[in-house]
Amino acid sequence: MSKENGTKQIATTGLRLKVGLAEMLKGGVIMDVMSVEQARIAEEAGAVSVMALERVPAMIRAEGGVARMAKPSLIKAIIQAVTIPVMAKARIGHFAEAQILQELGVDFIDESEVLTPADEAHHIDKHAFTTPFVCGARNLGEALRRIAEGAAMIRTKGEAGTGDVVHAVQHMRQITREMRQLTVLTEQELYAAAKELQAPYELVRMVAQTGKLPVPNFSAGGIATPADAALMMQLGAEAIFVGSGIFMKERATPLDVENNPKEREEAVSRAKAIVIATTHYNDPKILAEVSEQVTGTMKGLAAAAIEEKELLQTRGW
Amino acid sequence: MSKAAKPCIGVLAIQGDYAAHAQALAEAGAEPCEVRQPEELAGLDGLVLPGGESTTMLKFLEKRHFFKALQDFCRTMPVFGTCAGSILLAREVRSPAQRSLGLLDAVVERNAYGRQIDSSIETAETSLPGGPLEMVFIRAPRIVEIGPGVEALAYREGYPTLVRQGMVMAATFHPELSADRRVHRMFVEIAAGIRAV
Repeated sequence: MSKENGTKQIATTGLRLKVGLAEMLKGGVIMDVMSVEQARIAEEAGAVSVMALERVPAMIRAEGGVARMAKPSLIKAIIQAVTIPVMAKARIGHFAEAQILQELGVDFIDESEVLTPADEAHHIDKHAFTTPFVCGARNLGEALRRIAEGAAMIRTKGEAGTGDVVHAVQHMRQITREMRQLTVLTEQELYAAAKELQAPYELVRMVAQTGKLPVPNFSAGGIATPADAALMMQLGAEAIFVGSGIFMKERATPLDVENNPKEREEAVSRAKAIVIATTHYNDPKILAEVSEQVTGTMKGLAAAAIEEKELLQTRGW
Repeated sequence: MSKAAKPCIGVLAIQGDYAAHAQALAEAGAEPCEVRQPEELAGLDGLVLPGGESTTMLKFLEKRHFFKALQDFCRTMPVFGTCAGSILLAREVRSPAQRSLGLLDAVVERNAYGRQIDSSIETAETSLPGGPLEMVFIRAPRIVEIGPGVEALAYREGYPTLVRQGMVMAATFHPELSADRRVHRMFVEIAAGIRAV
């Protein structure tokens, strides 16, 4: 009995620390980076965190193949290069990749649908880790199942690597609508709601009482412009992930930030503008100014043109 | 602050856990409001610099004379910085060195306890009345040096974690993430005192 209580105590402390870091990232932009130079650009532009990965979603989508956790050498180099928190992605269900990421000192692990899933039935037991996890969700049930598994942050899935914000909007609206609906249900109705959402009753009840998720709710998946970031913030996102939107030009070609000063400047201008737009999301005057300063935008791929089986968002359940 | 209206305390809302601070300030008897632009400092009775990423906050402060406006405000009005906020307030910042407001006679070392896996919740004695204080440290900085005019109100492993120098308060932990409101109440009282004068 006492042992059980002890374990529970640790879990609570651990979860407070995990959610605590997510709190510190609110109102900020987390940027996907594939190299040390990109990480430096992101930090210099004002990113609150960087996501270290080998290929951004737009490249994974174009090139195919199995997408895995980034190389430890790349992650370590990025950790060395910046002072802001560093995130990295593990495949859905791949707890060994997550163990490696924790060992490397990564500050947040993204159990991500962008990588090729490693388990078709089980997500990672995130309570088993000291490092906090973020997971994607398309609806409230999915968000609450991830939180039940120990996620300390939820982000919309959107459709990564497209530069098309339509699905991020859809998922954010879906989650906020389902939360609002719970707040008007009676106590008795919550049991049936939990069954329908396929989520634990305790979490459903918590959302019904507060009208929001018990962990921070960020947005990802197709955000490519300052206006996209402001849109998601106004729809209720508490921070923004930008994947392919900053360092890509065509679908599978990154800007050459190492050797081409003009392309480097383009990446810097995009990164800075999205950071400012995320803070001043409610100020159209500033949004207009920063939108004007951006040179070039990722070309993008309309999400509606993607075949169902090619969608990344349907990975995970 | 008997009959006077509640002190109006701004929270720098560039990024970070400003919402948690606003909530804590409201619970401690203040009227919080978010500050994203230098003009919004006018009329405030005090200011909180929240936790978050100090590098990100600095980028915004470097624009539109925000840095100078903040320095001018904090020279005459109460200011309280937690974690990233304490880094911004310091006289000197180490590992790596970065620009700071220089309002608190202290040297602060960034990410001094390590990465997120080294974050922790500690409980320690404090000179604040009411017994030991819970302190939530998240990728926390460390105050490695304080000047003679700075009073330390709590410690971790011999280093000050909560300090006060006149109207300037700083914590390397996050009192806004604990249920205990003593730290915020202390700051609200400083702001209410200034307002009453």
